[in-house]
Amino acid sequence: MLKKTNTLKLLLSLTLTTASLATPLFAATGKEIAFDRKKGNCLACHAMDDGDMPGNIGPPLVAMTARFPDRAILKAQIFDATKRNPISIMPPFGKHEILNDAELEKIIDYLYTL
Amino acid sequence: MQRLLNTFLSLSLIVVAIPAVATPEQNKESFQKFYMDRFSHIEKDDFANGVYALDQDARDQWEAMSDFPPFEDDLDEGEALFNTPFANGKQYADCFENKGQGVRQNYPQFDSKSGQVITLELAINNCRTQHGEKALPYKKGDLAKVSAYMASTSKGERFDIKIPNDKRAQQAYEAGKKYYYSKRGQLNFSCANCHVQNVGRKARSETLSASLGHPTHFPVYRMKWESFGTLQRRFDSCNKQVRAQPLEGQAKDYRNLEYFLTYMSNGLPVNGPASRK
Ligand code: HEC
Ligand code: HEC
Repeated sequence: MLKKTNTLKLLLSLTLTTASLATPLFAATGKEIAFDRKKGNCLACHAMDDGDMPGNIGPPLVAMTARFPDRAILKAQIFDATKRNPISIMPPFGKHEILNDAELEKIIDYLYTL
Repeated sequence: MQRLLNTFLSLSLIVVAIPAVATPEQNKESFQKFYMDRFSHIEKDDFANGVYALDQDARDQWEAMSDFPPFEDDLDEGEALFNTPFANGKQYADCFENKGQGVRQNYPQFDSKSGQVITLELAINNCRTQHGEKALPYKKGDLAKVSAYMASTSKGERFDIKIPNDKRAQQAYEAGKKYYYSKRGQLNFSCANCHVQNVGRKARSETLSASLGHPTHFPVYRMKWESFGTLQRRFDSCNKQVRAQPLEGQAKDYRNLEYFLTYMSNGLPVNGPASRK
């Protein structure tokens, strides 16, 4: 039984490794970066787009163009949410280098399609 | 640093309404009241069931599973280990009050001799080394099994953690409290961000449990682990989630955190070991 589980785990991790090895070959889209658990993982807290099983810690990300006409304000929120709200639980994606600038810009492009 | 301090202060003031200078007793009262007001339909004792007090769907699944607890064998092993004499003929029972039966609710304790917080797991290992046995690895394995067995003999006893009138004990408590409210890791979360500020909300599909009741049912048998793990093993899981460096088992910060966290649950019943996802 234990053997079997281990083999299964090995198989799983192999598939996962292959999958993650494959990703850098293609430039990830803003949506992929936003949904990726190891990157933005925005779905942990926000309902957005067609994302599966979103959390409800933050507000749904909808009507972004209407609500965030100023791109700099939107970027500031994602770069370091604690600037506006010191007790924000939202990770400071830019400040803590969770995402690089190109990734932030791609996510923002994507948000403006919502 | 100033920001961290501000965050810490505003969290404790606004969210939990713990006054900046308050006794541990007052801290505990406001901490428990916060959850009881927030979930006024939940009986206080039910917080001992963790996330299952808050999420009925998850509770239904869990109760179905609890008909055949997955940890029976490990718990039996814990009992056997507990009753196996050491090479010198002594046994665990010789190191504890009441022969180690029904004592879980008194741990962690502040030991005025060493000036340190002693968790149940540390006491188990101290007992071993005192009698010429090797210390066991913390967090999982035989140590967690022995601890689970000891918890099982304390079922229903109410937590009664004491902070003696000793400056070092109060410092240990304050250090644990600070750890709990400080943001850490690349993702920048404090324990309180998830388990106080966002208690009952969902992170993806996971409901965030209350910290009231966090220690009552440990060690826990987690499906993910396929074994028992101590409370400090669970601290590791939460620290990893926020990309913070987990600490060594029984590191001072972890023991102080456990001291604070368990004190916050004073009055709740011991209901370990329990199973979790
Ligand atoms: C752990 C929780 C969490 C994660 C992960 C998270 N957020 Fe947030 N977000 C929040 C919370 C809470 C707010 C509410 C305002 C505040 O506290 O900062 C918020 C607010 C926002 C806002 C402002 C929305 C409004 O209507 O005012 C935007 C935009 C936003 N988040 C984007 C993102 C993006 C993009 C990501 C992923 C790259 C992300 N968030 C990840 C918790 C999170
Ligand atoms: C990013 C969110 C997050 C942070 C930060 C976090 N936790 Fe958790 N914690 C969770 C989730 C999700 C679970 C699993 C569901 C549950 O029981 O809440 C959990 C579970 C636990 C459990 C087990 C509860 C049980 O009934 O078995 C304990 C104890 C715990 N956390 C303590 C802590 C402590 C102490 C800290 C800080 C060192 C911390 N957590 C930080 C999200 C978090």
